Amino acid sequence: MATSAAPTASAANDTRSEGDASTVTKADLIEAVYTKVGFSKKESSEIVERILETMKATLARGEKLKVSGFGKFEVRHKNTRRGRNPQTNKELQIPAHRVVAFKPSQVLKAAIAGESLAGVSDDDLD
Amino acid sequence: MTKSELIEAVATQMGDNMSKRDVEIVVDTIFERMRDALARHDRIEIRGFGSFIAKPRRAREGRNPRTGEKVQVPKKWVPFFTCGKELKDRVNEPLQAKQG
Repeated sequence: MATSAAPTASAANDTRSEGDASTVTKADLIEAVYTKVGFSKKESSEIVERILETMKATLARGEKLKVSGFGKFEVRHKNTRRGRNPQTNKELQIPAHRVVAFKPSQVLKAAIAGESLAGVSDDDLD
Repeated sequence: MTKSELIEAVATQMGDNMSKRDVEIVVDTIFERMRDALARHDRIEIRGFGSFIAKPRRAREGRNPRTGEKVQVPKKWVPFFTCGKELKDRVNEPLQAKQG
């Protein structure tokens, strides 16, 4: 961290060290792979991108994605419905669309709730 | 698609550059890193895919559905996912094609 009064441009842009909850980004995932697995930065970045792309392509096809120990991603269809713009109060038509729903696994739920993982089964997806 | 099918698909794309075992370690590392972040109640933002956030559910009074007895349900943290723009657009692409 810079000790001078005027923060440098990079320090000003780095919000990760500030606030209570920091944000984990793709760069952090790449860093974890680089540190833990021992690939080069370039390889780590490439494989992380490939994995994310494969996940996105799967969901884009309308297919479910189940990651044991983490959760399940599912594409759901929403029908056309009448809605209201809460700002203008005008009625409008919300066209049919698809949404990605995420259902956390028991393991993830327990980890977030700060509960012990003992007795939580890893194969908890349907 | 399951985690093992995801590993399989990515390993096939990588060809001779990476073994299936390597891909498996990477996939596990990614999801462990994300789980650890949420366990600390940190936010996750994966550009193009989506973001995950841990939110507190306030303590409330519940009832045991079997006995009808009142019970105190303590404050609890739960995860939420918001779909990213790219993923949202790609998931909706087939509908757009039909309408347009």
